[in-house]
Amino acid sequence: MGFSNADLQAIGLTLRLASLVTLILLLIGTPIAWWLARTTSRWKGSVGAVVALPLVLPPSVIGFYLLIAMGPNGPVGQFTQSLGLGILPFTYWGLVVASVFYSMPFVVQPIQNAIEALGERPLEVAATLRAGPWDRFFTVVVPLARPGFLSAAILGFAHTVGEFGVVLMIGGNIPGVTRVVSVQIYDHVEAMEYAQAHWLAGSMVIFSFLVLLTLYTINPNQRRF
Amino acid sequence: MNTTRTTLAILMLTLASATALADEVKVAVAANFTAPMKAIAEAFTQDTGHTTEIAYGSTGKFYAQIKNGAPFQVLLAADDITPAKLDSEGMTVPDSRFTYAIGTLVLWSAKAGFIDDQATVLTSGDFNKLAIANPKLAPYGVAAMETLEKLGLTKIVEPKLVLGENIAQTLQFASTGAAELGFVALSQVIKDGKITEGSGWIVPAEMYQPIRQNAVILSAGKDNAAATALMDYLKGDKSREIILSYGYKI
Repeated sequence: MGFSNADLQAIGLTLRLASLVTLILLLIGTPIAWWLARTTSRWKGSVGAVVALPLVLPPSVIGFYLLIAMGPNGPVGQFTQSLGLGILPFTYWGLVVASVFYSMPFVVQPIQNAIEALGERPLEVAATLRAGPWDRFFTVVVPLARPGFLSAAILGFAHTVGEFGVVLMIGGNIPGVTRVVSVQIYDHVEAMEYAQAHWLAGSMVIFSFLVLLTLYTINPNQRRF
Repeated sequence: MNTTRTTLAILMLTLASATALADEVKVAVAANFTAPMKAIAEAFTQDTGHTTEIAYGSTGKFYAQIKNGAPFQVLLAADDITPAKLDSEGMTVPDSRFTYAIGTLVLWSAKAGFIDDQATVLTSGDFNKLAIANPKLAPYGVAAMETLEKLGLTKIVEPKLVLGENIAQTLQFASTGAAELGFVALSQVIKDGKITEGSGWIVPAEMYQPIRQNAVILSAGKDNAAATALMDYLKGDKSREIILSYGYKI
């Protein structure tokens, strides 16, 4: 027994998807977290709430609305079609877009917390030493908030790997394109292939445990999730 | 004193007979049979006094749940394999198995006029995606693959296939328009004997193996009068009429 070729294909796809999503989330999540941590705008609450929505919405709601929004008659679908890209459901890029939305709070919140914990002081000091805004960000904020960034990357990655409901609803279960590990496990269970299901499911348990162990080791105060 | 005792005895007898007359049966029903089952359950309760508690879902999931102690007393499966398997594993009441419906496959689109009576659109390849139920899990998916094979389209259509986990999700892909075509169960898109929304092509029966949907009484329903009554009711004229009206054969 062990992993079949289809299982390995699903694992490879999942790792590729989670890596890309984590990268994108760090790139767009960091400015959002920065803004949320430092703004006094009255929109802070609303933006924070929108970012956190996937934490409380069931995947069936997110999947359903994403399917409609990205479908041929939805606003996202109209937009992608006008760019000549076709529609996103049942494609790898559809999963990327959905996962970025779905895993956003897991990346934004740890970074936001870390930046808030820094306070104004280190930035003010750096400014008096004539560090420009970019310089301050990369030489002061990033090193000091590093545990926050690490937590964000690990959680974003792990959460994308663990995603199921949304993928099921917009993915269409295409081998090598949208059939990720969680869907593959579901298929094994539904098809009564319990031995193969155990291999993958057991690996997921070990993987998730190791991820959380790493997280708590690098950042013992991380209790938010 | 005496009268109190008599009253009590009568009361208890009445209660006992009432429960004997009107039992409740817990039924697991394949997703494709949702609409007709709702109609049948209503008529069943009206005619017999028995009540039903029904869960709708995929046959594979029900199998896993039944194996792990789910209290279902009757299973209306989407196939003939699962009931037979449960039979051989001693999880059923022997000899209770029978075919309650034979499923009909339809090619369906949410767009009116998209599919003509020759299903030209399928052969022309002029569509974005074709949704089918996962053939590994669902008998309607197997039937869809057999139909494509018969039409000689398997190779051409393969890159456009998307798989629903069950027939309900397959319809969802097609009805949102995310997939322009879908092979679904006729029972899902038929109303009063007609396809009322979008457009469809009823796949000729000779293009796929008959989708025999079998029912069986599970071990938990062994001593439940309502379970036996429901099985009898499913074979009766009223049920047959409902089943036929949803495009099944018997």
